[in-house]
Amino acid sequence: MTTTFSQPEPAAERVTSVPILDCRNLSKAFPGVQALDDVSFHLGKGEVLAVIGENGAGKSTLMKVLAGVQTPDRGEIHLDGKAVHLDSVLAAQKHGIALIHQELNLLDNLDVASNLFLGREKTRFGMLDQAAMNADAVSYLQRVGLQISPSDRVSKFSIGQQQLIEIAKALSINARILIMDEPSSSLPAAETNRLFEIVRQLKSEGVSIIYISHRLGEVKELADRVFVMRDGKPAGTLQRDEISHERMVSLMVGRNIKQFYSRTPPKEGSAVLKVTDLVTPAYPEKKVSLEIRQGEVVGIAGLIGAGRTELLRVLAGVDLPLGGTVEVDGKPSHFRHPRDAIRAGLMLVPEDRKDQGLMIEDSVADNMTLPSLGNLAIGGILQNRSEQRKITVEGISSLRIKTHTSKKIVKFLSGGNQQKVVIAKWLGMSPRLLLLDEPTRGIDIGAKEEIYSLMDQLADDGMAILFVSSDLEEVINLADRALVMHEGRIAGELGRDQLTEQAIMSLATGQLA
Amino acid sequence: MSTSNKKILGILALFVVIVIVTAMSSNNFFRPYNIENLIKRISPYTVISIGAALVIITGGIDLSIGSVIALSGTILPYLLVNSGWSVAPAIGATLGVSALIGLMHGLLITKLRLQPFIVTLFGLLFYRGIARWLTNDQSTGFGNQFDGMRDIVTKSVSIPGFSFISIPNVLFLAVIIAVLAWVFLNKTIFGRYLLAIGRNEQAARFSGIHTDRYVIMTYILCSFLAGLGGILFALETNSVQPSGFGNFYELYAIAAAVLGGCSLRGGEGTILGTVIGAGVLQLLRNSINLLGIPSSLEYAVVGGVILIGAIADELFNRIATMRRVKHK
Repeated sequence: MTTTFSQPEPAAERVTSVPILDCRNLSKAFPGVQALDDVSFHLGKGEVLAVIGENGAGKSTLMKVLAGVQTPDRGEIHLDGKAVHLDSVLAAQKHGIALIHQELNLLDNLDVASNLFLGREKTRFGMLDQAAMNADAVSYLQRVGLQISPSDRVSKFSIGQQQLIEIAKALSINARILIMDEPSSSLPAAETNRLFEIVRQLKSEGVSIIYISHRLGEVKELADRVFVMRDGKPAGTLQRDEISHERMVSLMVGRNIKQFYSRTPPKEGSAVLKVTDLVTPAYPEKKVSLEIRQGEVVGIAGLIGAGRTELLRVLAGVDLPLGGTVEVDGKPSHFRHPRDAIRAGLMLVPEDRKDQGLMIEDSVADNMTLPSLGNLAIGGILQNRSEQRKITVEGISSLRIKTHTSKKIVKFLSGGNQQKVVIAKWLGMSPRLLLLDEPTRGIDIGAKEEIYSLMDQLADDGMAILFVSSDLEEVINLADRALVMHEGRIAGELGRDQLTEQAIMSLATGQLA
Repeated sequence: MSTSNKKILGILALFVVIVIVTAMSSNNFFRPYNIENLIKRISPYTVISIGAALVIITGGIDLSIGSVIALSGTILPYLLVNSGWSVAPAIGATLGVSALIGLMHGLLITKLRLQPFIVTLFGLLFYRGIARWLTNDQSTGFGNQFDGMRDIVTKSVSIPGFSFISIPNVLFLAVIIAVLAWVFLNKTIFGRYLLAIGRNEQAARFSGIHTDRYVIMTYILCSFLAGLGGILFALETNSVQPSGFGNFYELYAIAAAVLGGCSLRGGEGTILGTVIGAGVLQLLRNSINLLGIPSSLEYAVVGGVILIGAIADELFNRIATMRRVKHK
C-alpha cells in the first residue's frame, strides 16, 4: 500500500526541486534606490507564479533583470540548474525568456506578421519572405486562439486581441518562461477571461509563467504560488492553499490595513444634478437619465466601452451631448466647453492622468493653480503670488501630498500623489459635483485608501461625487448606490444593500435587462 | 537656477563670445557706425522672432512669416503711392491685413484641426504669390514723398553728452514690444495659459481653458508682428523686391526662438532668450562681413552655429542630469 502511494511523489517532488528558473541573491541599485535587495526565488516548469507588490516594490526591476534589459549588480540566475548571464534582451530570448510589457509594444502601422517577426524577419534572396512569415504567424496565432489574418494591420484589432498578439509573439521565440506585466490592466472582463484560458493552456503545455498584477482577485484565481515583494526585498511567499486577499495585502503593505473603506450613509440632500434623456456621441441611439444628490457618492460600474467615460465627458463639458437636458441645482445648463461645466461646479478628474489631468513636466504648484488663475487675476494680470501659494500649501497639506516642495515636477511624484494633485486643483474651485473616472487606477493600496477616505469626507461635507470604476470591490465598498451601464444605457441601479459582484456583473453583461 | 535662466545665460555667453572674437579681429566692430547699424538690423528681427517664439511656445510653428513680411512690405507702399491713402490708415490697414492672416491661420488650425506646418506652408507660398501679383513683380518703394514717415524708423536719437553714438529710433519700438511680450508671457494669465497649452493642450482644455481661443490669439500676434516687421524692413530699405523681400526670414525668426531656449515641442521658452537669439544671428552676419569671410558662406556659418548651439544645449542637459543623479 505504502509503496504504491509513494511512487508518484518523488516525481512530483522532482519537478519543483529542479526548477526551470532559480534566482539567487539578486541585487540591483540605482542612484538613490536599492531597487533589488538580495532577492531569491524559483519557478517550476508549467507553474504560474504571481509576483505582487506595491508600486516601487521592485517587481519591474526584477522582471527587467530576467528579460535581459538590465543586469544585476550581484546574484546569479540559473536556468535548468546552469548559471546564465542575461546581458541583453537577445540573450534572454535565446534562453527562452520573453517579457510582455504592460504597455503594448506593437507597431500599429505594420501588419501582424511583421510585428511577430520584428527584428527576426525571414528573408529569401535578401528580400522579405512575407509568405513564410505569414504561414508561421498563423500557427502561433492559433496557439493563442486568434483566428485573424496575419496580413492585417495591428491597428485593426482591439486591445485584448493585441494583447494576445503579443503573447503569440513571445511564443514565436519559443519562450519557455513568459513574463506578463499587468496583462489585464487594459482588458475588458470578457477578454480577461480569454487571457486566463490561454494562460492555463500554456501552463498545461509546460510553459512557465510569471504573472504580475495589481488585481488580487485574478491572482487568487490564476496563481499556483504568490511571491510578494516590498521595498526591493522578498516579503513572503504564499502557497496555493495560503493565498487569500488579506494575507496578500498585509504582506504587500507590511501591516494589517483596514480592509477597504466603508461608507457612512449620507444625510438626505437636495439634487445637485438632474440628467434627463442625455445622448452621448458614443451611443447616439441610447438615452441616459440620472440624478445625484448632495452628499452622495454614486458609482458607475460596467464593462469597458459601456459608455461610462463618455457620460462623464459630456457632464464635464468635454464633449457635446446630442440631446437631452442637464440641470444643475434645478437650473438648465448647456455645457459647450469644460469651462462652462466648471463654472456650474462640475469638475472632472479624468481617466488618463498624464494626458488629460496634468502637465507632468510642470510643478505641483503650476498644476494646482491652473484652473483658478482666472479668479486670481485682475484684468488678465496675475496678482500677488500669495493667494496662489495659499492654494498650493492648503492642497498639499489637506490632501497629504508627499512632496517636500510645491516646485517639485509632477512626473517625479508617485501615481497616488499625482492623482491627489489632480483632485487638489479642483478643490480650490469648490466643486458641487466631483466626477472621477477610474480614480485609483495604477495607484498603491495605501494611496487608494487615502483617496477613498478623501472622497468619503468630501461627501460628508456636502459635495456630490460620481465615480466610474472597473474595480468592483471599489464600487461595492465606496458607493452609496451604483448605476450599472451596459452598451450606452443604464441597465440598472443598485442600492447599498444590493451591491454584490454578481448583481453588478449580471447587469453589466446585459443578462438582466 | 531654473533651466530657462541657464539657457538665457548660455545664449548670452554665445553672444559675448562672438562680440569678443569679432572685436579682436576687426577694429571696425566697435565703431559707432557699425554698432548703430547692427542695432538697426537686430531690432526688426527681434520683433518677428518674438511672434515666432509665442507660436512655438504653444507647440505650433509659423512658416509664413517671411511671406507676410513681403505682403505687408508691398501693401503699404501700394496704398500710399498707388492708392494715395494717408499714412495712418495705410499703416492701420497693412497691420489689419496681417492680423487677419493670423486669424485665418488660427481658425484653420483650431477649428478644422489642420496641422500648423501645412497651414503656414500654404501661407509661405500664397502671400508671396499675392505680393508679386499685386506689384506685377516689380520693385516698389516709397520714393521721396514719405521721408518724414521713414525718418521715424531710419533716424537715430543722440544722447546729450554722448555725441559719439546715437540710438536708432527703431530700437525703442523693439524694446517696447519686447517688454510688452515679456509682461504678456510672464505676468498675465494668458502667458501662463500659452505655456500650459504647449505642455499639454488636452489637459489645459480639461482644466477649463479655452485653448482654441488662445491658440488663435497667438497666431494673430505672430502674423501681426510679422506685418509690423515687414513695414519696418520696407521703411528701412525703401525698396521692396517682392520676389525676394523677407525670403527666409521665418527661418531666422524660428532659429532665434530656438537658440533662445524655445522647445519645438512647446511649453518652453522665454522672451529674453529669443531677443538675444535674434541678436546672435544678426551679429553673426555682421561678423561674417567684418571678418572677411566670403558672404557666400553666410548661410553655412549661421547653420553651423545653430547646430553647435543645439549640441551644446543637449550636452549641458546631460551633464546637469548626471550631476543631479549623483547628488541623490
